[in-house]
Amino acid sequence: MNLHEYQAKQLFAEYKIPVPAGLPAHTPEEALNAVRELGGEAWVIKAQVHAGGRGKGGGVHMCGTPDAVHDQAERLLGSQLVTPQTDVEGLPVNTVLVEQASDIQRELYLGMLVDRQNERIAIMASVAGGMDIEAVAAETPEQIQTILVDQAVGLQPYQARQLAFGLALQGAQIGGFTRLLMSLYRLFTDKDASLVEINPLIVTAEDQLVALDAKINLDDNALYRQQSLAELRDPSQVDEREHAAAQFELNYIALDGNIGCMVNGAGLAMATMDLIKLHGGEPANFLDVGGGTTAERVAEAFKIILSDPGVKAILVNIFGGIVRCDLIAEGIVSAVREVGSGVAVVVRLEGTNVDQGRAILEQSGLDISSANGLTEAAMMVVNAAEGVA
Amino acid sequence: MSVLVNKETRVICQGFTGKQGSFHSEQAIAYGTRFVGGVTPGKGGQQHLDRPVFDTVAEAVEETGADASMIYVPAPFAMDAILEAADAGIRVIVCITEGIPVLDMLRVKAVLAQKNTRLIGPNCPGIITPGECKIGIMPGAIHLPGRIGIVSRSGTLTYEAVHQTTENGLGQSTCIGIGGDPIHGMEFIDCLELFEQDEQTEGIVLVGEIGGQAEEQAAQYIHDHVSKPVVAYIAGVTAPAGKRMGHAGAIISGGRGTAEEKFSAMKESGVAIVRSPAHMGNRIKSLLS
Repeated sequence: MNLHEYQAKQLFAEYKIPVPAGLPAHTPEEALNAVRELGGEAWVIKAQVHAGGRGKGGGVHMCGTPDAVHDQAERLLGSQLVTPQTDVEGLPVNTVLVEQASDIQRELYLGMLVDRQNERIAIMASVAGGMDIEAVAAETPEQIQTILVDQAVGLQPYQARQLAFGLALQGAQIGGFTRLLMSLYRLFTDKDASLVEINPLIVTAEDQLVALDAKINLDDNALYRQQSLAELRDPSQVDEREHAAAQFELNYIALDGNIGCMVNGAGLAMATMDLIKLHGGEPANFLDVGGGTTAERVAEAFKIILSDPGVKAILVNIFGGIVRCDLIAEGIVSAVREVGSGVAVVVRLEGTNVDQGRAILEQSGLDISSANGLTEAAMMVVNAAEGVA
Repeated sequence: MSVLVNKETRVICQGFTGKQGSFHSEQAIAYGTRFVGGVTPGKGGQQHLDRPVFDTVAEAVEETGADASMIYVPAPFAMDAILEAADAGIRVIVCITEGIPVLDMLRVKAVLAQKNTRLIGPNCPGIITPGECKIGIMPGAIHLPGRIGIVSRSGTLTYEAVHQTTENGLGQSTCIGIGGDPIHGMEFIDCLELFEQDEQTEGIVLVGEIGGQAEEQAAQYIHDHVSKPVVAYIAGVTAPAGKRMGHAGAIISGGRGTAEEKFSAMKESGVAIVRSPAHMGNRIKSLLS
């Protein structure tokens, strides 16, 4: 789960990590009030969406007058912001963050994440702040320093100092950086973050280190013990169908093709998409119905797949292990009866009670074709989709 | 011989009396696993499924000589359960539980690094030596004792590989589902090492997926250390970057961990790759004959 920048900065402030004075606003009037409350002579207004590249997408503006803040808020709020990291439709801007403009002397990069390779929390810092860190990693990897945290003792101040010296910080900046990084590590572990990024982390004329931007991703698996953060979830930033699927504990990810997929197991679901592509088709989605598939979940899965108007055919691929194929078949039949698919449905069942399962599909009188094996299933569904394309 | 578990392995279940634990313990017993008891704190002294229930893993080990444990406790309690099993000296810990916080797994791995114990999973189907020992949620009936070692990050794709090698008569020595989480126990290379040493295993099927670098490491390991034929399939060619594809570990981040990179690494290491998951069984058969 992602937090918005303003939410991440509120967390930073709780952990005494310096951030610019700022306030979120949901209307142009609120933005104007924010300016009055914050004071100062110049302000930055930033669209709050779950995507990077906001500056390039026109979502960040310097404003020299309160009127300019008001005008930009009016323009941004209610709009869809398209950035290099969103799709062509962009993401809705429902909130803007108004901040006092900062006096920037240097821009640095700071990131913290779970490094699966080393099985440690890794901290990365770079003098190339404000830039796309993946590009820096690709082009000038020597500009990125990484340290790994020993789980037994946690981050140590010497490691923070090591990074500070590596970033060529001086005098009071070194202590400031060390305190900031120790706090950030505490936040990371307290809140079950999976990624925290400050890009840029700036050095001001007063030798202050300030988080000019803030990105926090939380571990979805840990939300049960992070209730207050779980409530910050913003469904407007997620695909509507993906959000609906999550309500039924279905894993759905929308893609651009025209063949809907319904599969049990994440690996098999990916493999099914690949198989469709291999046979000349284009998958419309990833959908894992999970292990304990029930008729109700199968029906919900059908509804979600069919809510994508691009879907011309559906492939159901179930390897019934613990779950019996006859029960799955009944679920599919009742789902198609209830939802009325209107598109060709190809079903590949394998595993426990597969013969009974296939018989149920054949006797249903519905437009459901049963396939023998993975390859035949893929070919059948690709043909079906082409037939109506 | 098979690897890690066989008919001598004494298995207990943590979370024994819960719904999942009961169901899969029953299945394991029906399969013929040497299933010696279970642990549910507070229910020690009772009998469940005709087996003794213990309050602690240490007690279960003491009383039954258990050397393997399968864990079905809910995610918030899984770290505790794994560490308890490791502390009690369990040799093979199989954690089926999905949804364990990643920081918990970092803590678990830091402790396990000091111990002589094998962790399989979490978020995995488990391990089975066909005809001898089933520890996990896989359907026993699709397996056939035989010649192929199977290792996979995905549950249902493991079943595909099993199904295909049963249909073509090769059978399996041992099948290990290492799990779909980013931080987990045994890696591909740990399993490859065991399969290479195992006399019963004549060929290996490796099923990978997008995310991380484990397949690339496995490719290098196979190149350097594995003499037996290996077939590899990687899922996720069509997966978009930046999206978590069901498994927490299945995500292409920063342009790394793509299926194509993994296929290339395997190919360069001399591994027989299959682009279709339907061809795993036949490909390994053709390499053995």
